[in-house]
Amino acid sequence: MAGSVLQTANRGLWRSVWDRFRVPAWVSYVLLAAAVGVNASLQPYFFTLYNIQSNLNTFVPLVAAAVGQTLIILGGGIDLSLGAIITLVDVVVVTLMEGSIERVPLALAAGLLVGGLCGLANGVLAAYVRLQPIVATFATSFIWSGLALWIMPRPGGSVPRAFYRGYRDVFLGIPVAAWIILGIIVLWLILKRHRVTRYILAVGGDERAAYATGVPVAKAKVASYVLGGLFAALAGIGIVANTASGDPYVGGPITLTSITAVVIGGTRLSGGAGGAGGSIAGAMILSLVGNIVFFANVGSYYQELINGAIVVAALALAGIPSLRRRSL
Amino acid sequence: MGRPLNPVLIAFAIAVLLFVVGELVSPGFAAYSQIINVLRVSSFLGIIAAGQTLVILSGGEGVDLSVGAIVTFGAIVASRVIDGQDAMVLWGLAQALAAGLALGAVNGILIAYLKVPPLIMTLGMASVVKGLSLVYTKGQPSGRAAPIMVRLVSQETVFGIPGILWIWLALMVALTFILRQTTFGRSLYAIGANRQAAYLSGVPVKRMVVAVYSLSGLLSALGGFFFLGYTQSVFLNLGDRYVLPSVAAVVVGGTSLAGGAGGYVGTVVGSIVLTVLQSVLVTLRMEEAGRQIVYGIVLLALLAAYGRQYRLRQ
Repeated sequence: MAGSVLQTANRGLWRSVWDRFRVPAWVSYVLLAAAVGVNASLQPYFFTLYNIQSNLNTFVPLVAAAVGQTLIILGGGIDLSLGAIITLVDVVVVTLMEGSIERVPLALAAGLLVGGLCGLANGVLAAYVRLQPIVATFATSFIWSGLALWIMPRPGGSVPRAFYRGYRDVFLGIPVAAWIILGIIVLWLILKRHRVTRYILAVGGDERAAYATGVPVAKAKVASYVLGGLFAALAGIGIVANTASGDPYVGGPITLTSITAVVIGGTRLSGGAGGAGGSIAGAMILSLVGNIVFFANVGSYYQELINGAIVVAALALAGIPSLRRRSL
Repeated sequence: MGRPLNPVLIAFAIAVLLFVVGELVSPGFAAYSQIINVLRVSSFLGIIAAGQTLVILSGGEGVDLSVGAIVTFGAIVASRVIDGQDAMVLWGLAQALAAGLALGAVNGILIAYLKVPPLIMTLGMASVVKGLSLVYTKGQPSGRAAPIMVRLVSQETVFGIPGILWIWLALMVALTFILRQTTFGRSLYAIGANRQAAYLSGVPVKRMVVAVYSLSGLLSALGGFFFLGYTQSVFLNLGDRYVLPSVAAVVVGGTSLAGGAGGYVGTVVGSIVLTVLQSVLVTLRMEEAGRQIVYGIVLLALLAAYGRQYRLRQ
């Protein structure tokens, strides 16, 4: 019993730490507008169709990954294997396509299935085996990336021309990638109203209270990871369409980007509060910051430093209000 | 609801078991010199994970994901200052440690005073430090380790044990003493178990948090310095391989991710387990893909053996 009392105390404590660290979602929209403004002023051809398209093409995987990570974090979990799932989906889809357009539906379905299954495994480990999500998903990330390496030891594979050309196309005057991002937003708006998301939020907010009021806690957690895995699969498919090839290392850095996007977007890291809208803005902000630093013509050696410093500065700024409060 | 078995003992048994498996697969694997060699390689992870242990013990979802970048930066600074001269070793070490301490302190200050979540703060710090490494080196790390550093890591002393292992042992004794016997150690467990209660009993919680992250930066830079003696020259992703294993070593060693329970001896054993495991998989001539999969599964099995959380209904 002593352990559980301690744990409750700890949970309460984390809550009090995180509560003070929640950027309101509107901040991320303002930051996004600012990032677009700065980017446009630095980059002469920012608003050309070609440039908007190439930006949107790179946004899609990040946006999808950020939405997936949001759902998992909302439920009180975290997924350090998200990037590895993206990689695994990437190589599975490319391998199954074999460069033929007829096989695309099969490959995409298999990709989604793989993403969902990886999520299911993570969810079962977190909810039923009751491992701490941060280490459990760290362990599974080795399994997913090992499988990806096994399927495709070296970057390559061929993607049918029609598939990646279609991704770069314009439909009804709007780039296809923008339609996909709109689709992801609509998907989130539907999910947000669905019971499953309410359960996920309840579990992330207070697991015991959720349990006491009859929320199927374990199932809700598993659902959050499965949904996260499915969005990761979308991200993987987006990467295939954008790069037109497979790469057994492609997803790695996305894990951490997705978590940063979620935090910038105003979702509480301990779960229970927030939403994917902010995360979507957060994902776009992060890739625009990269652009800005690139076009600001600082020496190439300074790019990574400035990139990181901007992210840290944004986090620090968001924390300033807590300085005024006398608190732990 | 006490834990059924001491995690440190389980981890120790697993390390022994892995040596036995290695010996069965490839005779000579568990020979004395081979064991020493595995321990030598573990020592780098063990030293880096020492800071991680303190951070995780301090609770508040504490974790330091900037250790890899600071390891690299420490090694880069040391290598440039020392540049193969024994006379410069202490000066290089001092600069590397100062850099690590300063970077860790920034982590600690932003986490303690600006309430930035540790996971995300240290992640951001990792990319800042990577950027610093690039700026400092202009993409071309220079210099090399001094002969004395190489000897420290590879030359045998008493019982055929290289100096680095004596240093690691000393660190283990010192840290365990600090954790168990000093005010600092007790305060650390107190803030890890319950910050509110610690605060009310007069523990300077914020200063403790800053101290812990500063120490983690310092120990990472120290790990980088020693690792430089092993690799002899630096590269820009030198420390990346240590980020998540340092967390895993702590957890495998039985320290609770929630903070407030565990110790450094566990982390030492955890570092050895992870290193032997890698070594066994290499001995099995397994491909990189298979190695990763097995590594992941074994890690899961270890976690399931004693890292499980409590059931909701009790």
